[in-house]
Amino acid sequence: MTGLDTLWSEIFNFSDYAQLLPLLKNSVIACVVLGVMGGLIGVFVMTRDMAFAVHGVSELSFAGAAAGLLFGVSVVAGALVGSLAAALLIGVLGSRARDRNSVTAVLMPFGLGLGILCLGLYHGRAANKFGLLTGQIVAIDDPQIKSLISIAAVVIVGLLVVWRPLLFASTDADVAAARGVPVGVMSLVFMTLLGLAVAVSVQIVGALLVLSLLVTPAAAALRISASPFRVPLLSTLFALVAAVGGVLLAAGSSLPISPYITTISFIIYVTCRAVGPSRGRARAQSST
Amino acid sequence: MSSAEPLLTLERAALGFGSRMLWEDLDVEVRRGELIAVLGANGSGKSSLLKVVLGQLRLRSGSARVLGTPVRRGDRRIGYIPQQRLADDGLPLRGRDLVALGVDGHRWGVPLPSRRRRQRVSQLLSSVGAEAYESVPVASLSGGEQQRLRIAQALAAEPRLLLCDEPLLSLDLPHQRLVCDLVDDARRRLDLAVLFVTHDINPILDKVDRVLYIANNRCRIGTPDEVMTSEVLSDLFDAPVDVIRHRGRILVAGVPDDQLYHHPEQVPL
Repeated sequence: MTGLDTLWSEIFNFSDYAQLLPLLKNSVIACVVLGVMGGLIGVFVMTRDMAFAVHGVSELSFAGAAAGLLFGVSVVAGALVGSLAAALLIGVLGSRARDRNSVTAVLMPFGLGLGILCLGLYHGRAANKFGLLTGQIVAIDDPQIKSLISIAAVVIVGLLVVWRPLLFASTDADVAAARGVPVGVMSLVFMTLLGLAVAVSVQIVGALLVLSLLVTPAAAALRISASPFRVPLLSTLFALVAAVGGVLLAAGSSLPISPYITTISFIIYVTCRAVGPSRGRARAQSST
Repeated sequence: MSSAEPLLTLERAALGFGSRMLWEDLDVEVRRGELIAVLGANGSGKSSLLKVVLGQLRLRSGSARVLGTPVRRGDRRIGYIPQQRLADDGLPLRGRDLVALGVDGHRWGVPLPSRRRRQRVSQLLSSVGAEAYESVPVASLSGGEQQRLRIAQALAAEPRLLLCDEPLLSLDLPHQRLVCDLVDDARRRLDLAVLFVTHDINPILDKVDRVLYIANNRCRIGTPDEVMTSEVLSDLFDAPVDVIRHRGRILVAGVPDDQLYHHPEQVPL
């Protein structure tokens, strides 16, 4: 019994919480921005069927970040280079879904291996190593958080600017092209924004768990709505609850933030699946 | 601009990819209010003809003009109805949203709520009898129901010329008839010119003004009575082809096997 109690208090520990809260300011801000960014871009990740590609991009982002750590350059810059290169490569080589999946599957282990090599050669703090894979938000310092927030802001503004033609191109490419939407350019713009979004997320939730913020919230929102207005709003709300909730729950313990975020995210998805109408029911309800 | 000016003019047009020629010497003028069925074997370049008019493929030689100006991408005077069904999953679109994309989906930014767009979409939905699908997720609609929305979407920009790329594919007979009726109705109401690509002329036979038949790199254009004859098609296919008229339907028999793929209405003898 005592064993379980200790385990529980290791996972949830709210003693001295009042003193802790002010220290969390940076992390909470980072998670708010990350939540909005992940919730919005996730809608397009889902409509473009790119969940697997996101995972591939995040492994190369990890490799870049690890190289940044090893060579003493900025980790953020490394993550950016890695994820942009991967995103554009997947965007250019994988315009068809089959090609994209194989390109992603080829890139992913290569990225992960490269990252492990860099970490193996790195002799600095061990926490930094693990952090890149599973998240390290508490370790984020002021200048780093500023750069992450500005990158996330670029992604959010970029998405809002191309929102309509990107939605058109993502859902209905042939008609969009006939109407003069530059479908190929849209794809490259989207992959660039995705690369930036992944690079930011890798810093905070870690390369292995990026999907929980860039895919799960949007997938959950799509289970309960098909409105192009409600889906991004719900998706953003879900990502915010997961990210900020994760920070607040993790604060008291010494564990990394990521299991909290992924669990909240997962619970939201399961709930949406359970309460969301099955397809047949949705139709019967709305057509009466 | 005189009212007699053709909407679409192709002159000595030829299209090919690499060393392969799809068709050449295509001369056609499409007039307003005219419905032309585009027929031909698979891979004969029917859909590619539409891509030329959309400015997505370049002619090898000759010219293609819409109301006197060379074809270009994103011409709002052209409406387009594709054959594909939309994706099944993860599609954040309801009936009205699909039509709204036709209204202003090409514009930058986030769509702000607008009474005018709302009214326009409602009007388009009722013009094709699709009011019931307004709030229904598009992914949950059948192929025929989606095609109804497609017609409203294509009419959103008030086009003068409507391009239909095998819009009947994989629809059952009642829905084939419905789609043909809706296209015909739009053409009469809005005085549209229509290019209707199809592998089977029968569902739309009673509405067709002229037929453009493409086979063996060559084309024939004329009324159904002029083109759908044993002589003309035998000459086009360079093989003995029989055209049989039976109770208002046209059956084409004897098309060479290599041109026959995927043509349910063409019966080999």
